[in-house]
Amino acid sequence: MKTLYDKLWEDHVVRSEADGTSLLYIDRHLVHEVTSPQAFEGLRLAGRRPWRTGANLATPDHNVPTRDREKGIDDPVARLQVETLDRNCRDFGITEFEMNDIRQGIVHVIGPEEGATLPGMTLVCGDSHTATHGALGALAFGIGTSEVEHVLATQCLIQKKSRNMLIEVKGRLGPGVDAKDLVLAIIGRIGTAGGTGYAIEFAGEAIRDLSVEGRMTVCNMTIEAGARVGLVAVDDTTIEYVKGRPYAPKGETWERAVAAWRNLHSDEGARFDRVVEIDATAIEPQMTWGTSPEMVVPVTGRVPDPAREPDPVKADGMRRALEYMGLEAGTPCTGIRPDVVFIGSCTNSRIEDLRAAAGVAKGRKVASNIRQALVVPGSGLVKKQAEEEGLDRIFIEAGFEWRDPGCSMCLAMNADRLEPGERCASTSNRNFEGRQGAGGRTHLVGPAMAAAAAVTGHFVDVRKLN
Amino acid sequence: MEKFETFSGIVAPLDRSNVDTDAIIPKQFLKSIKRTGFGPNLFDEWRYLDRGEPGMDCSKRPLNPDFVLNDPRYQGARILLARDNFGCGSSREHAPWALLDYGFRVVIAPSFADIFFNNCFKNGILPIVLDAKIIDDLFRRAVGDEPLKLRVDLENQTIGLPDGKTIGFEVDAFRKHCLLNGLDDIGLTLEHVDAIRAYEARRRQEAPWLFAE
Ligand code: SF4
Repeated sequence: MKTLYDKLWEDHVVRSEADGTSLLYIDRHLVHEVTSPQAFEGLRLAGRRPWRTGANLATPDHNVPTRDREKGIDDPVARLQVETLDRNCRDFGITEFEMNDIRQGIVHVIGPEEGATLPGMTLVCGDSHTATHGALGALAFGIGTSEVEHVLATQCLIQKKSRNMLIEVKGRLGPGVDAKDLVLAIIGRIGTAGGTGYAIEFAGEAIRDLSVEGRMTVCNMTIEAGARVGLVAVDDTTIEYVKGRPYAPKGETWERAVAAWRNLHSDEGARFDRVVEIDATAIEPQMTWGTSPEMVVPVTGRVPDPAREPDPVKADGMRRALEYMGLEAGTPCTGIRPDVVFIGSCTNSRIEDLRAAAGVAKGRKVASNIRQALVVPGSGLVKKQAEEEGLDRIFIEAGFEWRDPGCSMCLAMNADRLEPGERCASTSNRNFEGRQGAGGRTHLVGPAMAAAAAVTGHFVDVRKLN
Repeated sequence: MEKFETFSGIVAPLDRSNVDTDAIIPKQFLKSIKRTGFGPNLFDEWRYLDRGEPGMDCSKRPLNPDFVLNDPRYQGARILLARDNFGCGSSREHAPWALLDYGFRVVIAPSFADIFFNNCFKNGILPIVLDAKIIDDLFRRAVGDEPLKLRVDLENQTIGLPDGKTIGFEVDAFRKHCLLNGLDDIGLTLEHVDAIRAYEARRRQEAPWLFAE
């Protein structure tokens, strides 16, 4: 009896040392401009070539501008990084969706979209949100630049197996509560270090109910719960999603693949080192109030009071966070007013996210206290589809800016960033100090909640809007 | 990678938990395509009073006198002491590069974020996990008038205190071997070329869709 993680792991072990350190084979490697230049540099210095060129797929995402792309990249340093990726891919024969390719986008959006992420694969990328791809039953995790070089050169990684954790989400999410609320609530419960050392499998009725895109939102934030790997078992939803995508197998190979993927679930009675049960029916729309994703409350609640926290180190962290965030303990969440709204990032920039946000924005106007409301689709193809569905019109008429795909204000490496002291309702995954611009204050929410904050000018329970 | 030799070094006590990779090296410095030169911008937002941008001459910037690395006692520190969940956040290796470039070879904390922990070993930094009580004690000693000097002996897995006491620590045997010998992971893996090829041949049969190029 094995867990899903056990199966994926065992399928990919090339060899093991006595202490369990294993050489793990990597089926897919996604590459972007920020964590790869030093890896390619290392490869060149050592006179090495990529082991299997076709296993790699590259796209620039972190640094790319989200408007006026035809003018190129203004920032010379960012431009050099993107050009370096282009040159490295050309030199080594790696497929790259360049900045002006319609298929360009955030790596974690384009992998599944292209079918380059398949169930049962090992997939890595020099980016901690790689766990996103676990939504398809792939063993996916983020790596550092040394490992990027290692995968390029050997198609393998030296890894130690994690322990197994099961997060069983019982019952169904209520109306107006989405995958983002679910994952934020999970992080609030287990803490940002709760998953350290584990591979987390998300299971239960509420997870089965989610679309693959919703599952990606959940797996995406596994790293915010401390775990490198997040997984969801393969079911019909997964297989339907993969079918017909450009890189997905076809014909007879497809049938064989599906037969193999049907086994990608934890066996009945498989042993987990830790099991956490979550009651989906009790989850309300969530928002973070502090500078760590675990500092999260239901939007119906209030900013917590450090004086009530028994752990002094934690209380101190809360005080620091309140000060940074410019908030008073006890403030009702709905009394907090953002200056900026950002809908995007690998957590929430897929078509369903944009539909959810547009559903709220439709027929409404961005409130006057909002300096900027940005919608940044996750890929060129998401953008195209949204435009075909008329979502861009809804956003633009409501006063949102409709941008080109990339990471954008998720980490503010391009021109999209908060000014010091500005407060943002953001659908991204990290609310660390300065993450969205030095001195910027981030509140993480789901896409419908972000749109609701934009049109009302304050955080609001999206369920009350209609 | 530089071999990890036994050394004695000053401890800089950074009394914060959840120090994330964006705090270790703010993102405006990640656009570099090099591995070195990040040291002057380590903890940039805490260390300087102005806002750092790539290309600035850091020696001319106003220092934050309250930040531990600017304290005269801790100049030349090679050991960083921190609290829980050090290195959380991104997988970007710029964080260990920045620590290394500044001069740190050892980080001691009660717990680390996984990816950061691994990245340290790959870059010649030794992350040491110690019990929270021992960490508390080290903090107490490190904030005294005299800086705390520790002797880190990886071979014997001990930390020597000035009073002659030693603290043992755990380290993965393989990681230890690599650090002590300055071994590069890629070279080690390429010793197993045959095993990789055999695995690929088998998988091409079992799961040909994974090899569609
Ligand atoms: S969208 Fe944000 S979290 Fe996702 S890959 Fe880009 S920078 Fe990282």
